[in-house]
Amino acid sequence: MEWNFWAVMTDFDLLLLGLVNTLKVTALALLFGVPLGLCLAVLRLSGARLVSAAAAFIIEFFRTTPPLVQLFWFFFALPILIDVRMTPFIASIVTFSIQSSAFFAEIFRGGIQSIDQGQWEGGKAIGMTYAQSMRRIVLPQAVKRMIPAFMERSIELLKTTTLVSTVAYTDLMFQANDLAQKTFRPLEVYTVVALMYFALIFALSQLSIAVEHRLAKSGDSTVR
Amino acid sequence: MNAILRIENLHKRFGDLTVLAGIDAAVEAGETVVLLGSSGSGKSTLLRCINFMETPTEGRITLHGRLVGEERGGVMRYRESELCKLRTRIGMVFQHFNLFPHMTVLRNIMEGQVTVLKRGAAEAAAKAREQLARVGLSDKADEYPARLSGGQKQRVAIARALAMDPDMMLFDEVTSALDPELVGEVLKTMRRLTEEGMTMVVVTHELGFAYHVANRVLFLDQGVILEQGEPQQVLKEPATQRMREFLDGHSLFKLPD
Ligand SMILES: Nc1ncnc2c1ncn2[C@@H]1O[C@H](COP(=O)(O)OP(=O)(O)O)[C@@H](O)[C@H]1O
Ligand SMILES: [Mg+2]
Repeated sequence: MEWNFWAVMTDFDLLLLGLVNTLKVTALALLFGVPLGLCLAVLRLSGARLVSAAAAFIIEFFRTTPPLVQLFWFFFALPILIDVRMTPFIASIVTFSIQSSAFFAEIFRGGIQSIDQGQWEGGKAIGMTYAQSMRRIVLPQAVKRMIPAFMERSIELLKTTTLVSTVAYTDLMFQANDLAQKTFRPLEVYTVVALMYFALIFALSQLSIAVEHRLAKSGDSTVR
Repeated sequence: MNAILRIENLHKRFGDLTVLAGIDAAVEAGETVVLLGSSGSGKSTLLRCINFMETPTEGRITLHGRLVGEERGGVMRYRESELCKLRTRIGMVFQHFNLFPHMTVLRNIMEGQVTVLKRGAAEAAAKAREQLARVGLSDKADEYPARLSGGQKQRVAIARALAMDPDMMLFDEVTSALDPELVGEVLKTMRRLTEEGMTMVVVTHELGFAYHVANRVLFLDQGVILEQGEPQQVLKEPATQRMREFLDGHSLFKLPD
């Protein structure tokens, strides 16, 4: 067995393009998934039982079903139901926005519920509406507590996006498969790709640890 | 009569538990009314019905001669927007302060003014500093609540309520969570409010405060007002056995300051 990275190196720009697309899917899934998750959490926490149950079902559904099934459903099944032209890109964004929103919803819910009831009362007593208390008083404190779980989930999302290669979206994994077949060098290609994911995710988790450290030091002064 | 607040036939039930069983009371402008009662007698519930933190099960509340809510088919209906507005007119201070820990003291006092009353930041800040001076904490404007003592926190909470220019203030056992040596500074602040003519309803176990500051004392027992009158009379010559037992349970009157 002889290692030969020459083929990988000459086509490294293909892998870089894949990396950019991986980051693009992840970033867009976060961009849509986080606000959608907040909406789901708010609905889930709402006093209206039917609304709350519906939100709970959606959250549970997308947390429980395999993301690959979801992706195939949006890519292959949805266009049969309604008249949309599904591209691998759109199917990927839709799937991972919704899928991650279900997880973010639970993180938001946990964060919001961890805030002392007295904070809601403090807001209410000066005439704030539910929305004002949520936005000005509860969420800013809850978000701070959520950051570690949020970062962990984002890293998980980044890993899960490798699935988009199965519907031929040109993410890092897809480019790797492509290159491995073209060059007959799967050993080197997948080794390099594994290292690229490792470097990226390791950097992110280091960042996450640093942030957690900062938070711990600044002190969670939320307890009255 | 010049009643700011009138409560008629107020009932509050939580499921099967009847906490308030027909309360009738009125509070005059400038009056300080102290609400007494043993633990669990419904004092907090009554206060919280006044600013609709709890919705009364039955009964009517009139503020400045205007009925809160509308009666439809014999049932009171309340609109949330009306209640939010009402809460800006009635300040409330809690046992556990409920300050916003992610904001400085000044921001805490500005928050309601800016977010709810839509005052400009400069106006709100000026008003906040004014109220902070009123409770004697001008030097703490830029601190975070976590760095204050319990007594200071409670005075900030009072300033936060006052900054809304309320017509009346509700105090729910605001000294109960404080170390004994910090109780005095808060009671003194409240006493000054009384002297300035603020209308107040105060739930407290500080009988000294009731005796020396209140214009009127109400004793809540088993869901009704069992006794009421001037503090000197009610506290010294209770008419009922229940009130006597309640007073016996308290180590009698210590003066505030
Ligand atoms: N939100 C609630 N749900 C159910 N029961 C309540 C609620 N709030 C108060 N109670 C009950 O009502 C009674 C009176 O409580 P409260 O008004 O807090 O009394 P106090 O302030 O005089 O100690 C208690 O038995 C309490 O358990
Ligand atoms: Mg109470």
